[in-house]
Amino acid sequence: MELIFEKSRSGRRAGRVPDYGLPKPELPHDLRRALPPRLPEVAEPEIVRHVTALADRTFGIDTGFYPLGSCTMKHNPRVNERVGRLPGFRDLHPHQEDEGAQGALELMWRLQEMLAEIAGLPAVTLQPAAGSQGELTGLMLMRAYFADRGEERDTIITADTAHGTNPASVTMAGYSLERVGTDARGNLDLDDLRAKVNERTAGLMLTNPSTLGLFDEGIEEVARIFHDAGALLYYDGANLNAVVGISRPGDMGFDIVHYNLHKTFSQPHGGGGPGGGPVAVRDTIEPYLPAPVVARDGDAYRLDHDRPRSIGRVRGFAGPFGVFVRSYAYMRAFGPGLKEMSEVAVLNANYLLARLKDVYDLPYDRHCMHEFVLSARNLKREHGIAALDVAKRLMDYDIHPPTIYFPLIVSEALMIEPTETEPKERLDGFVDAMRRIAKEAAESPELLKEAPHRRPVRRLDEVRAAKQPVLRYLFDEHPALVEAE
Amino acid sequence: MSYLSLTDADRDEMLAAIGVASVEALFEQIPPGVRFGRELDVPRALPELELVAHLSELAKRNVHTGVELSFLGAGIYDHYVPAVVDVLLSRGEFLTAYTPYQPEMSQGVLQAIFEYQTVICELTGMDVSNASGYDGCTVAADACFVAKHTSGRTKVVVAETLNPQVRQVVKTYASGFGLEVVEVPHRGGTIDPDELAAASVDAAAVIFQQPNFLGCLEPAPDLAAAAADAGAHPIAHVDLMSLGVLEAPGAYGCAMAIGEGQSAGCPPLYGGPHYGFFAARQDFVRRMPGRIVGETVDLDGQRAFVLTLQTREQHIRREKATSNITTNQTLLALAGLVTLTWLGPQGLRGVGETCVGLTEYAKERLGLPLAFERPTFKEVAVRLPRPVRDVIRDARELGVHPGYALGRDYPEMDDVLLVALTEKRTPADVDRLAAVLAEVC
Amino acid sequence: MPAAETYPDDLKYHPEHDWALIDGDEATLGITWFAQDALGELVHYEAPTPGSTVAKDESYGEVESVKAVSDIVAPLSGEVLVVNQKAVDEPETVNDDPYGDGWLIRIRMSDPAEADTLMDADAYRAHIAEQ
Repeated sequence: MELIFEKSRSGRRAGRVPDYGLPKPELPHDLRRALPPRLPEVAEPEIVRHVTALADRTFGIDTGFYPLGSCTMKHNPRVNERVGRLPGFRDLHPHQEDEGAQGALELMWRLQEMLAEIAGLPAVTLQPAAGSQGELTGLMLMRAYFADRGEERDTIITADTAHGTNPASVTMAGYSLERVGTDARGNLDLDDLRAKVNERTAGLMLTNPSTLGLFDEGIEEVARIFHDAGALLYYDGANLNAVVGISRPGDMGFDIVHYNLHKTFSQPHGGGGPGGGPVAVRDTIEPYLPAPVVARDGDAYRLDHDRPRSIGRVRGFAGPFGVFVRSYAYMRAFGPGLKEMSEVAVLNANYLLARLKDVYDLPYDRHCMHEFVLSARNLKREHGIAALDVAKRLMDYDIHPPTIYFPLIVSEALMIEPTETEPKERLDGFVDAMRRIAKEAAESPELLKEAPHRRPVRRLDEVRAAKQPVLRYLFDEHPALVEAE
Repeated sequence: MSYLSLTDADRDEMLAAIGVASVEALFEQIPPGVRFGRELDVPRALPELELVAHLSELAKRNVHTGVELSFLGAGIYDHYVPAVVDVLLSRGEFLTAYTPYQPEMSQGVLQAIFEYQTVICELTGMDVSNASGYDGCTVAADACFVAKHTSGRTKVVVAETLNPQVRQVVKTYASGFGLEVVEVPHRGGTIDPDELAAASVDAAAVIFQQPNFLGCLEPAPDLAAAAADAGAHPIAHVDLMSLGVLEAPGAYGCAMAIGEGQSAGCPPLYGGPHYGFFAARQDFVRRMPGRIVGETVDLDGQRAFVLTLQTREQHIRREKATSNITTNQTLLALAGLVTLTWLGPQGLRGVGETCVGLTEYAKERLGLPLAFERPTFKEVAVRLPRPVRDVIRDARELGVHPGYALGRDYPEMDDVLLVALTEKRTPADVDRLAAVLAEVC
Repeated sequence: MPAAETYPDDLKYHPEHDWALIDGDEATLGITWFAQDALGELVHYEAPTPGSTVAKDESYGEVESVKAVSDIVAPLSGEVLVVNQKAVDEPETVNDDPYGDGWLIRIRMSDPAEADTLMDADAYRAHIAEQ
């Protein structure tokens, strides 16, 4: 398919800007643009066709089943899009006086209240732009908390199953990292933990249920170990979809929690973003939350910037407001029935697990929560078929592959998360495809190694992409285009 | 609930397949002490119709640019978003896709990001762009992280005329990075290159904004040269909508160009989500934060696109990653791509010329003393005879939001109003602003 | 063409899958067949600068494939004399010939006695068999 730059012809244009008949302005010569940017010159009909063709070559939840583990690819209700574009939200300037933004502030305040109830923690900041920024915010809150208490603590502990964002956030926050292992049941290894927690430990970062999709059965003891050492517990909310209304991070002993609004609360992921990563905290940590926070005085709402002990600002304005509208709408559509959302997510995952565990290896054989991890190592051992081949072959069945090769402690990992919004027929379709692929691995392994066969492109040369990076359209290497001008 | 799809019969079959009597049995792995024993105390569920009514009621209590003639800018601008952007936003494939980890499933979004990267590189004069950062604030913090690692230095210099929110975010992040942040004050609305040169000694980077937060055009080439001479990476924080008429940062020697992309393709939306853009010279490519799409070929040799240079990222390099970012702002960045394509080079220049023309017209028509005698782009700072907050309140009574009170961020500018003019404002709108200000001042 | 699995007898081995070829007070260093095989085709070699020092058991550079990155651990301490530019320019050389054209750096040893702590080929083969 052509790039938009290859459809460009000099002199074509789509948008026209009003001419108000004002005098042509003079900008200082040395600040003025010398060469015009080579933006595409394309009229509107071909822009529309280009965008449409690109959409046709993209797979979303709207297209089909998308069991990408740890990403919670649930249905994105269209009413959320509609309300997200109401002019009173869309065209509201973020510097508008509080008095002119009461509806927006009330929505944010209500969202904070619901999030606080779900986490079992009293105070919430909506500011972080995504889960990983929530993590960084949480670690900065720990730092501020200990600094205020005059305690020098420099180490954060993570699990060996942790998302890569956890260690990356630890480094960005200026902490050093210590890893704790996983025991045979998939829980944190308590002996390893006891040996590593000491007076230098600032806290733990943990996903619960873990990236193995297992609830940590020792979580109460884990919390005791950290709190007894004066350290804090951070809850990575990537897997919160498993426990809404069923178990609250605050009750598990966590002091700081982030939510992924684009996972649990259905903000569409947009091919990579946007997201939202609010953070809830215990009252002892509340003074350090980023400024501003939304405050309520009687019936009036305002942005409170006067927070002397705040860690500061982590993003512009009060957060990704459009994401709040969508997630608020999703939560209001369920109400207290949010518990059923998590129940069905867990039911769907366990159903898939039950129907697949006889054909793929199951490293931790117990009921899962909202996701589970299989291993294709049996196929690898017996037929030379890797998790990657299984993933690529699923595409031929019009199913998006699960997350693969993660968590790192499981070889040939396939991490599967169906979410609550899938009907049984889709789940059965996935089971059928996965079972057929296991059979194909034995009977016709070449079919899998060369998969996919029915996508717009075949497997890519990723080595070439990394070794000789071409990261933008190289106009000078397409002379035909220049001649056409 | 209508978003769930299981029937009672489905549930029974599924429970039987799992071999448990109830869903409750699946939760036995949760220690009883941390089970939540009551119903969530959240408002009742709303059917779609009531949900729309409730949110419409909240939306109505906001005074937006459709009901109030607004001259607010200061980082977020009310530029026109073309209707073709709706084609993008209404296609569920873009809206509901995850990050394109599996390229065979995602060629459309990957190609679109590649096109976006190209447009950002063209506008900024840089060699490489990522697929977006969160916003114009966090990309500045990212740039500091890159500069620290490539220079080995532990100080960054920021212009006082850089958006205050950007400076605040840089300071928040810098404490974690172990970076010292030094501010250089403005002199009459812009930064003095000699003063900047002195401050830049031993600095990893210098960040300045063009056009700056006070509405003035900085002597950007001189600032970049001052930073570079001191061995610091010059970083320009720029507005995409200005780059049809203002010089590209790459042309005057910047190492990186960053900024808030909202003005190209995104409505104000009370502060987000928008997108931050991050572009740099080739030599920074291995230290870039975030996703990057590259061109390659498939097994048949046909052109294809893929996320590349992923060893920079958190899911591979973990604690040594160039950033912790994973979710970014792809959908908004693509709205920017469509908007800039719709404008084309002529349209972008037209927007710039209209902004500059309207701003000159406003200077004349408002008849108020200018706070700074400097060339401007689409914002002008004027001095008012009354406290700005009072003027804003009184003007809003008359249906006009006259602009941003610079005293919010610069205590010595208590009497300065920052007026923003995009191509959506007309000369008649400026006349009305002039009349309202004359009445309330 | 990827090389076949070998562990030459004239080399000394470090448990982090690095080898050393000792020649007087100098040594040539690289990564083993096992290491390059685990990483897959290399796309980048982040080399140290000549004149810098490397310390035994510590990282002196990185090698990257498309989906993995690995520290290169120094089996011996010393000063970097030469970096293999061919491995920088064409990192797949390390896959093709890990003990020949795919060497990584040459050092002047600061403590030649360290060599006694390294494994011989048989011990290294036993080491990787355990993994």
